[in-house]
Amino acid sequence: MAATLSARLLRTSVRKHRNLIHRGLYRTSAPLNQQDGQSMSQTPIPPLEDVGPPQFLGLKCDWTEKLRFQAHVATEGYPVYRVLNRDGKVLDPSQDPQLPEEMLLRMYRGMTLLNSMDRILYESQRQGRISFYMTNYGEEGTHFGSAPALDDGDLVFGQYREAGVLVWRGYPLPMFMSQCYGNELDECKGRGMPVHYGSKKYNFVTISSPLATQMPQAVGSAYALKLAQKNNCVICYFGEGAASEGDAHAALNFAATLDCPVIFFCRNNGYAISTPAFEQYKGDGIVARGPGYGIASIRVDGNDVLAVYNVTKEARQIAVEEKRPVLIEAMTYRIGHHSTSDDSSAYRSVDEVRSWDQKDHPISRFRKYLVRRDLWDDDKEADWKNETKKQLMQAFARAEKLKKPPVSYMFTDVYDEMPPALKEQWDGLRQHLQQYKEHYPTSSFADEPAQTD
Amino acid sequence: VTGARPQPTAAYNMALTMSMTAITRPMRSLLGKKSSLRKLRLNNEPSNHLQKRCAAHFTFVPDTAPSSEGETARMNLYQAVTNSLDLALARDPTAVIFGEDVAFGGVFRCTVGLQDKYGKQRVFNTPLCEQGIAGFGIGLAVAGATAIAEMQFADYIYPAFDQLVNEAAKYRYRSGGLFDCGKLTIRAPSGAVGHGALYHSQSPEAFFAHVPGLRVVMPRGPIQAKGLLTACIQDPNPCIFFEPKILYRLAVEQVPLKDFSLPLGKAQVLQEGHDLTLLAWGTQVHVLREVAQLAQDRLNVSCELIDLCTLTPWDKETVANSVCKTGRLLVAHEAPLTAGLGAEIAATIQSECFLNLEAPVQRVTGFDTPFPHIFEPFYLPDKWRCFEAVKKLLIY
Repeated sequence: MAATLSARLLRTSVRKHRNLIHRGLYRTSAPLNQQDGQSMSQTPIPPLEDVGPPQFLGLKCDWTEKLRFQAHVATEGYPVYRVLNRDGKVLDPSQDPQLPEEMLLRMYRGMTLLNSMDRILYESQRQGRISFYMTNYGEEGTHFGSAPALDDGDLVFGQYREAGVLVWRGYPLPMFMSQCYGNELDECKGRGMPVHYGSKKYNFVTISSPLATQMPQAVGSAYALKLAQKNNCVICYFGEGAASEGDAHAALNFAATLDCPVIFFCRNNGYAISTPAFEQYKGDGIVARGPGYGIASIRVDGNDVLAVYNVTKEARQIAVEEKRPVLIEAMTYRIGHHSTSDDSSAYRSVDEVRSWDQKDHPISRFRKYLVRRDLWDDDKEADWKNETKKQLMQAFARAEKLKKPPVSYMFTDVYDEMPPALKEQWDGLRQHLQQYKEHYPTSSFADEPAQTD
Repeated sequence: VTGARPQPTAAYNMALTMSMTAITRPMRSLLGKKSSLRKLRLNNEPSNHLQKRCAAHFTFVPDTAPSSEGETARMNLYQAVTNSLDLALARDPTAVIFGEDVAFGGVFRCTVGLQDKYGKQRVFNTPLCEQGIAGFGIGLAVAGATAIAEMQFADYIYPAFDQLVNEAAKYRYRSGGLFDCGKLTIRAPSGAVGHGALYHSQSPEAFFAHVPGLRVVMPRGPIQAKGLLTACIQDPNPCIFFEPKILYRLAVEQVPLKDFSLPLGKAQVLQEGHDLTLLAWGTQVHVLREVAQLAQDRLNVSCELIDLCTLTPWDKETVANSVCKTGRLLVAHEAPLTAGLGAEIAATIQSECFLNLEAPVQRVTGFDTPFPHIFEPFYLPDKWRCFEAVKKLLIY
């Protein structure tokens, strides 16, 4: 009934307005909304003017009579913001963030701790003790520059090469190890691959393998924070390769149009596995895309921890106070292999890697800065290395000895409650295991928790 | 406060047609998002032939809410959806509604009036990007907000497939329960509409039924649309709610005004019978209701009619109990046959009810082709194809 009524009205209206439709005058329904049908058809349409700016919807620009394609030839790229030179000298004293000594030392200790942990876990994968690992070599500066500039209540969405953010926030070493071993202390219950860390307590959203999926999610979470009137923002890390995914486009555009307090932090380390950045994009890196979305954007030297700090601090202020997104592109270099499943010498020269490792490493640059300020020396370095090594090896040995979680954890958390059909599947497996126990590694798994129904 | 708001009425709709934009709204809803005024102009004088082509392939029989449910109002399916959304926004200050064109009321009018009532922060348009909508909704839910996202047509949900399958469905599991996006509900108009062709007709439920961690739900009428949608919004798991768009205006019932929900994961036995079980969901339930009547009238056969309601995880118990009693099962759905949800049900039922089955499970479905435009009357698993399958089941 309602359908036929509106269909009839629709037909008569179309008939009534047919002439106008023919003349193509309905450019937009927006202004028409505010008028009733009668006055609308009588509104005189002004003649097109030769002067005055174009009036296309959603544009602010001028006319031109010169035929010229924009950016047809690559022009000068965005500059790279830096504070320290490679000798750890502050180039412009006004740019030194003047961080308290304690904080500087905590940053440096965190960077080196992460580096030591990477070495131990990388080796343990080579020995077959854990199944997989990804190091953070060369990108420690991006983690320990950005994380201290945030509030610990700011929510972090990462890709997988951001373990330093967790280190900065105080995530315990045994937890890193437990996750890589998937043992019974792993909060993720042994379900994800190693390095897929997550922590509710430290506001670090659990990592997942599909690239860039976290980006629109980070935007949604930022919107939720805005709606809840929290004075926090979201930071979303991703690599320059992930930025090619459709989700990156979705995220940048949603963040801008919906005014979300989110910091997009791109780690541009030159490679996505074997693919060099010049096969990833033709524009001026990632930063140049920001303005296209209407996002405040900046490029920073990712090996300069103080520059990263300054940029992130400022970005956070824009995000939290102005409730809008910011894009940071941190230029760095992936010194390690992509992962333990990758041998990067198959696609890049050892010399190239060595040059970054020796001439421009975030840890050594920051150390030079600390030494210049008399905050650090070789003795302190040696003591700290010994101490962390001891801590790491202890955590490592303990994590290796622990049992895996109970097998029933394979079935829980799929839904909030186990559906009956899934319960049947678990019962089936349990019976099967009773009969064929010797063919499965049951002894390395913890006992089932007591039934609570 | 809840439930007291007057629903959009025919008079309200008429008032809207005074403005030009009101013409585009029902038109877009009838023809889909790519259509324009210019296209409609060509066939603005419908012939008998056209009307016949658009005739529904089923008869909608309204449900009656028990009087214990309190005051009711006459609503069609889209109004019942609006009512459920209205109550959700009133009940939960963190709830937000977003998607393409939802701010002005939606191309199917499901969100009419909500932005005026709850503000632009809570009911808003997004850029035209389904993967963004799904990802954004997951993020909202992860941060504790109730996210109600709309995909304009179920046909356009595939760009969001990765976000829904790899992310939404696995969030709780992979994080060991540290994070989840259980407060996410995705609404999407689905199913045949008479002339929707390939991209305004699809029923993609089987793709999602294969994904542990998601709930997929489909209502058959306004009361159910309100009750099940409310349940999805409140359920602590990510839900996909497919709304049979052909029922938006056509299905009208007296819907209880109070805030209520219907249980998820439970099938409904709509009609008791003892010779044969008929199982469907969405619009197809109405097709099978007619088939049951045909079987009664022409064959003197008593059919038990079940609406599955929640498509995953589905209510095996209710279906198996029915088949153990009747010994025969017909499953019908609009989606294609191969690897459709009917296959899962048929396999499960033969495994559960092997000794009770008197005939092989029959599946009457769309064909293994894309959904066609002019051939729609031949494509759909209509009552005659289903009736023929009933006969086959009986003479086996």
